[in-house]
Amino acid sequence: MMDAGRHPNINLLTYSEVEEVSGYVGNFTVRVRQRARSVDMDLCTGCGSCEEKCPRRVKDDGFNVGLGRRKAIYRPFPQAVPAVPVIDRENCLFFMRGRCKLCEKVCPTGAVDYEQEDTILDLQVGNIIVATGYDPFDATRVTEYGYGRYPNVFTSLEIERMLTGSGPTAGQVFLRDGETVPETVAVIHCVGSRDENYNPYCSKVCCMYSLKLAHLVQGKTGARVYECYIDMRTAGKLYEEFYKRLQMEGTVFINGRPSEILPEDGKLVVYVVDRALGRQLRLPVDMVILSIGIEARHDSQDVARLFGISCDADGFFKEKHPKLDPVATLTDGVFVAGCAQGPRDIPDCVAQGAAAAARVLTLIRQERVEVEAATALVDEMMCVGCQQCIQTCPYTAIEFIEDRKVAHVIEALCKGCGTCAGTCPSKAITLRHFTDRQLISEMLGAMQLMMEPVLA
Amino acid sequence: MTDEAYEPKIIGFLCNWCSYAGADLAGTSRLKYPPNLKIIRVPCSGRVSPELVMRTFREGADGVMVLGCHIGDCHYSTGNHRTARRMPVLKALLEFTGIESERFLVKWISASEGGLFVETVREFTEAVRRLPPMRRALHEAEPASGVRVPEW
Repeated sequence: MMDAGRHPNINLLTYSEVEEVSGYVGNFTVRVRQRARSVDMDLCTGCGSCEEKCPRRVKDDGFNVGLGRRKAIYRPFPQAVPAVPVIDRENCLFFMRGRCKLCEKVCPTGAVDYEQEDTILDLQVGNIIVATGYDPFDATRVTEYGYGRYPNVFTSLEIERMLTGSGPTAGQVFLRDGETVPETVAVIHCVGSRDENYNPYCSKVCCMYSLKLAHLVQGKTGARVYECYIDMRTAGKLYEEFYKRLQMEGTVFINGRPSEILPEDGKLVVYVVDRALGRQLRLPVDMVILSIGIEARHDSQDVARLFGISCDADGFFKEKHPKLDPVATLTDGVFVAGCAQGPRDIPDCVAQGAAAAARVLTLIRQERVEVEAATALVDEMMCVGCQQCIQTCPYTAIEFIEDRKVAHVIEALCKGCGTCAGTCPSKAITLRHFTDRQLISEMLGAMQLMMEPVLA
Repeated sequence: MTDEAYEPKIIGFLCNWCSYAGADLAGTSRLKYPPNLKIIRVPCSGRVSPELVMRTFREGADGVMVLGCHIGDCHYSTGNHRTARRMPVLKALLEFTGIESERFLVKWISASEGGLFVETVREFTEAVRRLPPMRRALHEAEPASGVRVPEW
């Protein structure tokens, strides 16, 4: 991240949103709204005194998934790039009540600017890589596991934050009361994944991160950890070896998806059928960790429309070809990378990101792109000049030549959809490679095939 | 209703970006659909002119499908808007020409809807099967020599 922030050829626009995309490969215009962070990015040195002095503390629903607290002027996490804080205007005392301005007072460079407004940037770019990531599955949707109802049911992300040395509990794993160390822990795999009620697909990363959490929780607390899984999917370099290591460490693996969690005598009882034993088990535990899956971003449909690409049935961006071209999209010059295209782990994301960058660099290096050869063509002898094609063309690629009273196709703009050819009442306009004659021949051939008796 | 069972002949004009990719997905997903459909790929459903549909019926097709992207998803931004305006008019006029309007289907199928594609083909084939086979009137009556049969 730091490297990207420092690279002379990389211009990072954080806290920004793409509002409009127009143009085509090599010549996109992207309108970006850079939201007002109320701190001047050029003046701020990232010293952090404003964050320290800010009197307003709010729940950190972002990076610390609700476990910790942050200030009203804050950086999402200590290593954030750029290291420039942002004022959360909904919670800032100055924006709420018009008084405070403490951050402005302590700032040594005078970078705090309460009047800052959103800026709109129009960028000229040749290629676009869409890498908008994913949304974690909302565990409250699986009501039988009681997340949100039972305090000691956690999501994997909460445990992940707790295990971090710089996190809200400084690396200690506690129950919701903030002091009790759990003695028994159950990890439930596939929460929201491989389940027809939520997402039918496998989220791919949960098995491995569940193993990691089990390993760390065991190490930090000495707790007994039960892993309830459907299938253990440890495909990847050195992943199976890690699974073996956990088995040696004494983690208990139970092959079955729990049906329910019920509170009993201050404990949480996990009901699960162990398919290996063929028996119903009751596991009384102190803590339950739900291994939540990966979902497409909630607004992926809108983003797809913005960039002229499409989403698959699960909401992930659709690649050009699932096997042969998993980086490109059907729109030239727009590429996808990472979990925005489908659930994958970090090594896969890095590989796909590098692949997308390489594809873009190839296009830049070539200095020219191949355009659609299938463009429309007007037979001026046939054209009566009714101009219906001009009305239908989605690209305004057809012009009317006044002195000859005929239509004319501007080939550089024509994308070859053929809507004009379908419209033209006098059949004067045709689409190369999809002419009426060609389509009719194809249709006749297909009819011929169906006329012939089928030889078994 | 016909007494004899027959295999309807169906021609489908599928847009390259959504429906054709959807049909492709049905294939890569190993889904099965009736073999009565023969697919003709067009860049956009907007390329299909009413004359082409009529010509297909004239050649003896028992059913014709025009499948395109969902409105708003067109690869050519508004190509399928033309289909959406043009084809219902054609469908309404089909009965006038003596062709049952059930023989003509316009539907939006996206590249991810392989299952919907299979279902659509299955339902349409069954719907067409319930109708009698098309007579190839113009083919059976050969044109008199010297008469120029127009392209359309």
